[in-house]
Amino acid sequence: MAIAEQNTIPLAAPTFSDNNIVEVKGVSKFYEPDIQALLDINLGFPKGQMTTLLGPSGCGKTTLLKIIAGLLEPTEGDVFVNGQLVTGPGPERAFVFQDFALMPWATVLRNVSFGLELRGMAKDERYEIARRYITNVGLEGFGEKYPHELSGGMRQRVGLARAMAVDADVLMMDEPFSAVDEQTRRQFQEDLLNLLSIEKKTVLFVTHSIEEAVYVSDQIVLLSPRPGRINKTVRPDIDHAASSDEIRRGKNYLDSVEEIWHELKGYLE
Amino acid sequence: MSSPSASVATPIASPSFRISQITIWRVLSLILLFGAWEIAGRVPISIAFPTFFETMSSLGTMIIDGRMAKAYAKTLEPLVIGIGLSTAFGIIFGVLMGLSRKFQWIGEPIFIVMQAAPMAALIPLVTFLYGIGVAAKVVAVVILAAPIIVLNCFRAVRNASPSLIQMCQSFQGSQIQVIRKVIIPDAAPMMFSGLRLGVAAGFIGVILAELLITPNGVGDLITYHRSVAEYADMYAAIFSIVFFAAVTVGLLEKAEVTIFRPEKKGAA
Amino acid sequence: MKIFGFQIPSVFSLLIWAGVWEVIGQLEWVFIFPPLSGVLIELWDLVGTNAFHKASISTLKSFCYGMFFAITGGVSLGFFMGRVDAANKLLGMWVNIFASAPLSSLVPVLILLFGLGQTTIIVTVVLFAIWIITLDTLAGIKHVSPSLIEMGQSFGASRWNLLYKILFWAALPEILAGIRMGFIRAVKGVIIGQLLVSIIDFGQMFATFSRNLYMEEFWALTLVLFVFALGISSLIGEMEKRVEYYAGVRD
Ligand SMILES: Nc1ncnc2c1ncn2[C@@H]1O[C@H](COP(=O)(O)OP(=O)(O)OP(=O)(O)O)[C@@H](O)[C@H]1O
Ligand SMILES: [Mg+2]
Repeated sequence: MAIAEQNTIPLAAPTFSDNNIVEVKGVSKFYEPDIQALLDINLGFPKGQMTTLLGPSGCGKTTLLKIIAGLLEPTEGDVFVNGQLVTGPGPERAFVFQDFALMPWATVLRNVSFGLELRGMAKDERYEIARRYITNVGLEGFGEKYPHELSGGMRQRVGLARAMAVDADVLMMDEPFSAVDEQTRRQFQEDLLNLLSIEKKTVLFVTHSIEEAVYVSDQIVLLSPRPGRINKTVRPDIDHAASSDEIRRGKNYLDSVEEIWHELKGYLE
Repeated sequence: MSSPSASVATPIASPSFRISQITIWRVLSLILLFGAWEIAGRVPISIAFPTFFETMSSLGTMIIDGRMAKAYAKTLEPLVIGIGLSTAFGIIFGVLMGLSRKFQWIGEPIFIVMQAAPMAALIPLVTFLYGIGVAAKVVAVVILAAPIIVLNCFRAVRNASPSLIQMCQSFQGSQIQVIRKVIIPDAAPMMFSGLRLGVAAGFIGVILAELLITPNGVGDLITYHRSVAEYADMYAAIFSIVFFAAVTVGLLEKAEVTIFRPEKKGAA
Repeated sequence: MKIFGFQIPSVFSLLIWAGVWEVIGQLEWVFIFPPLSGVLIELWDLVGTNAFHKASISTLKSFCYGMFFAITGGVSLGFFMGRVDAANKLLGMWVNIFASAPLSSLVPVLILLFGLGQTTIIVTVVLFAIWIITLDTLAGIKHVSPSLIEMGQSFGASRWNLLYKILFWAALPEILAGIRMGFIRAVKGVIIGQLLVSIIDFGQMFATFSRNLYMEEFWALTLVLFVFALGISSLIGEMEKRVEYYAGVRD
């Protein structure tokens, strides 16, 4: 993946900190010679935490996420997961898609177990795991249904269960709630946090909603308009043990929202 | 870009470079088929299979000595008349059926039958009514082309955007205005693509009629040169009609994009 | 259309057309339209004849062989073109040209190359059906949602897995639509082929009937073929309905 220059120009000494499970080093991405989506991104994602990428439309959030997922190659720079260079998709990473990416011809059960199916796991075994996660995301009893029989929110729960079922360390979610109505979305945010507090995953999250970002994240990375650069990192420092209402009225929450809004407003001018 | 490894190797492409790239693929694609034809002709896979170059030189001769022009005049006249008639039918019946459920009830099934069924079987009957003149060929074109054109017009009108229609009604547009200013323009692109399909079917019909019943035009070139074993001439005639049909249909497609679908321009 | 408050399905309007036909026939306006009742009686007799049995079995055989080659060839070609860009660029133009070419003009060549027999008919069927199947399969592959492919890749699917676990199923509605159109074209192809070959099967029967002005027999045979064509297309239409829900999930 990395370009030939790697041999001649030594990379800046890697600053691995043990608690960063994903390290992005000097990543730039050109789609065409004249479309630069990302510019020199250096970023660490701490283990077990939820990091949100926030920025104006078209700033390259999806691009960055897909590069980390191994679905796209960066034009320059490298991505390391668990200290290993990323050269393609890997079992330690799982993706949750904005449009769910469910297979309409397969039942919920088969959809959820699909990642395991591709790994060649036996049917009984993978169905059992899938059933557990279907229950975990609150879809018990829907295993034999087809995606078109579910609401948008339920479909995304299937997508989430599928990503969880492969037991990856890193979950990547690209605007997972954007196709879901507001009530469902809030419910979903809380369920997600609960689930994560049990499963201890590292989550890379993309959203357009400042409130959502502050509510769910440990760390928020603000990207500038295209070409995306890292402008600022905000740590809302919210105590997720508190109730949802307390959090949303809390000072940390409100200050962070304000700070981010102030920053993003700057891009509009 | 589906495979993760494909993105890095993408060559640097300026617009002019891209255009010439399309041309290169076109040329390669022509070479591929004509090359295969030439080789197959040289082997030869059959004595009745001339090479590509023999066929082309025959084609040249036939164009120069006027045989082609004469044949095409004979073939195109019924084709144009037939397509014209079918289009008129298409618009009248299509709009009636699209606007009125009663007409739809009575008309849609019979046209569906005609579109799905092998109407070509009826062509031998046509001679009994219309002899072997232009009229017979016109009928052959119409029975193959009209059902497709009618059904497309009908579906186009029936699927005209309800919100546009309501918009027009909300501005107190009369029924006539709604039809003229909203429904027809909104349906036009699909009607036009029906016309394109109809023309393709019309070509089949007119050639079939010439092969089966009325010995003149391009069909006769094919039959005659086969009977005297001038295979290069026969293939040239077939090549010319396939080429001609492809160009006609291609032009109609291009016209469709330029006239009706500006949003698609340049995409293909 | 409603009568006494009952919704009458529109297929029944065909009965009205049948009535119109009967009346025209009874009035003896044009001799090529004999009364429908006479045609139906003739149809009954015709279906019992040996010649008809032989012709239909042999036609059905050509049809099935032809469709087998057209479907396997068309679907594989469509997949190939959908996944390999160079193949699409090289072959796309030709597939499009042949899909709308006046293939009736090619039948004389087929007769030259393959003789006045069944082979010619089979090749005609393939030529009529294969291009639309290819085009629809190609469209299906191209329409597969990119995120579905990325989903497969993100779980480490091999090329082969991607092909038969995701792409095939995702493209299935278009493939079926293509096959249905292929069938309709193939019926037309088989008839056009036989009319032009004219010494075998239905082609021969049509030739005999029209030469001897046996109009009732002629129409009876035509009706049989129409019913066959419609039967096949509605059968595949039913199959398509089963995968219709895919469409709602896409965009
Ligand atoms: N396949 C592509 N080819 C060319 N340009 C692309 C491609 N994909 C994305 N881009 C461009 O790269 C930039 C970044 O795209 P990306 O999808 O990563 O943005 P994003 O931050 O996810 O936007 P959004 O918030 O709207 O989802 C955009 O300006 C987009 O136009
Ligand atoms: Mg995005």
